[in-house]
Amino acid sequence: MTSRLLDGISHRGVALLAVLLAVLLAAPWIANDYLLTVLIIVLYSAYTGQAWNVMMGFAGQLSLGHAIYVGLGAYAAAALYVHFGIAPWLGLAAAIAVAVACGAIIGFLAFRFGVGGVYFAILTIAFAEFARIGFDHFQWVGASSGFFLPVANYTRNDLWNLRGDPTMFYYVMLALTVAAFALCHVLLKSRIGYYWQAIREDEVAARSLGIDTFRYKMYAAVLSAGMTAVAGVFFAFYYNNLFPEQVFHISRSIELILGPIIGGIGTLFGPLIGAFLLTGLSEAMQELLSALGFDAPGAKQVFYGLCLLVVVMALPGGVWPWLAGKLRVTRRDP
Amino acid sequence: MMDLLSVEGVSKRFRGLLAVDNVSFRVARGSIFAVIGPNGAGKTTLFNIIAGMFAPDRGSVDFAGERIDALAPDEICRRGIGRTFQLVRPFPALSVEDNVVIGAMLRRHDPAAARRHAREVLARLDLFGKRHQPASALTLPDRKRLEVARALATEPKLLLLDEVMAGLRPAETDRMVSALTELNREFGLTILLIEHVMRAVMALAARVLVLHHGARIAEGAPAAVVREPAVIQSYLGAEAVD
Ligand SMILES: Nc1ncnc2c1ncn2[C@@H]1O[C@H](COP(=O)(O)OP(=O)(O)O)[C@@H](O)[C@H]1O
Ligand SMILES: [Mg+2]
Repeated sequence: MTSRLLDGISHRGVALLAVLLAVLLAAPWIANDYLLTVLIIVLYSAYTGQAWNVMMGFAGQLSLGHAIYVGLGAYAAAALYVHFGIAPWLGLAAAIAVAVACGAIIGFLAFRFGVGGVYFAILTIAFAEFARIGFDHFQWVGASSGFFLPVANYTRNDLWNLRGDPTMFYYVMLALTVAAFALCHVLLKSRIGYYWQAIREDEVAARSLGIDTFRYKMYAAVLSAGMTAVAGVFFAFYYNNLFPEQVFHISRSIELILGPIIGGIGTLFGPLIGAFLLTGLSEAMQELLSALGFDAPGAKQVFYGLCLLVVVMALPGGVWPWLAGKLRVTRRDP
Repeated sequence: MMDLLSVEGVSKRFRGLLAVDNVSFRVARGSIFAVIGPNGAGKTTLFNIIAGMFAPDRGSVDFAGERIDALAPDEICRRGIGRTFQLVRPFPALSVEDNVVIGAMLRRHDPAAARRHAREVLARLDLFGKRHQPASALTLPDRKRLEVARALATEPKLLLLDEVMAGLRPAETDRMVSALTELNREFGLTILLIEHVMRAVMALAARVLVLHHGARIAEGAPAAVVREPAVIQSYLGAEAVD
């Protein structure tokens, strides 16, 4: 298993990964509270970016509505917790089930009837918008006035109920990010990963090689939806409040995909690198601006736009493929 | 059961144009069969019907004793028909080897086993040395070879080759001809090929079908077919017959 996990990564790559992991594990001792919350956002973006990457980067299906899976996961687990006292780790199963069902419906409609490319992207936006409007009127979970989880001062971290301090949330998010990374790595090296890439590269050719493209696209849609829903559960219990206008909004879907685009679509490290670059740099920039006494609302969006522009112009494949070449971390002969 | 493939009265119309017109032929198990004819004769359309890309308007296609003309392309491949595309369709961002590994995964789910098989196939088609290049970096003749390698890796019983010699130099054509002959002899692979390079057709095929305007105008042994006046007139031209 370990050998499988490290397949195709050079010794340098493994060493770099180990250092990165060690730094991330030690971060709560080194970092102050502010830096820790930034790191939580970084890992959250890396995780959701990885989940989206399964669908777009691996299988080539452009979803611009992934906020729907975050939202469904968040509301499902939060509602079960608030209304029935069901712990989030159990609620997680329901969250995944709801998102998977939704991903399967969108996937079925699109892939059975040959909806691809831009039209598929529009379909995903439409579903996310339906969900936003639907939840705006869904009284059971607070409708447009929002849905709130009880917040109190906890004397100790309650991991089972996900109630605790940022350090606990940080480690939960780190574990999720590492798990998603490992899962994607294993998938990419197995038959399903090769088949996804074949579909991404040329669907007609893939079919001529015996690949049931409908089935493999469905796998990607369902897995990506389920993974994203897990982030939704985290989101609900970390922020303790949910508003349809925020969680399901298209800007959330766009934010989610910027990391992997900047880091490198279809690469394993892309979502991770992209999250660090985007969140890290934008936080640094905001700090700098406020230190200089500027109050610039919307600066973050402008900054994201600039990052995107630079990457698209200079490194169309994303930062990671270029960086990997510099660091010599990919191995040729597995 | 002598015939591996049997095409009966197949027709296909694109709007006004009758691209394939009531074509019938049979390909014996273990044989090499060629389809020739001028550009636009309907050869590729006929292939696409066999491979499941198009359903025929009329007629039937039987493979290994079962009707396949209503099946999807991936199902037809799983039944044992491999095909190449005249306008090549490699997976451009993937390495040459990974292109072939994907083909090999049809029968070998384990990636390591698929990779071993892919390398054998690559060696057979003189692509082993280029296996780490991205497919997008290959020259057109190499891409044609990659098409063959990828289809072959699915371990078909019947291989459909659509003008894979086009653009090859004479020496390369001979290499491809001998590679195909070996596959036919060693594994009993049945081959159905569309080919303009008559030198390859004469060397390989036991039988030839000639199409013109979608219809069959001749069928038989290559040496006999190239002497038929209708074939000379429509396709070969008088000088090609010697
Ligand atoms: N998908 C298609 N749609 C419309 N017309 C087509 C299509 N495919 C082929 N044709 C037409 O059918 C005829 C036969 O084409 P084709 O089978 O490619 O011939 P060949 O392979 O013998 O050169 C041509 O006139 C071509 O323009
Ligand atoms: Mg053709």
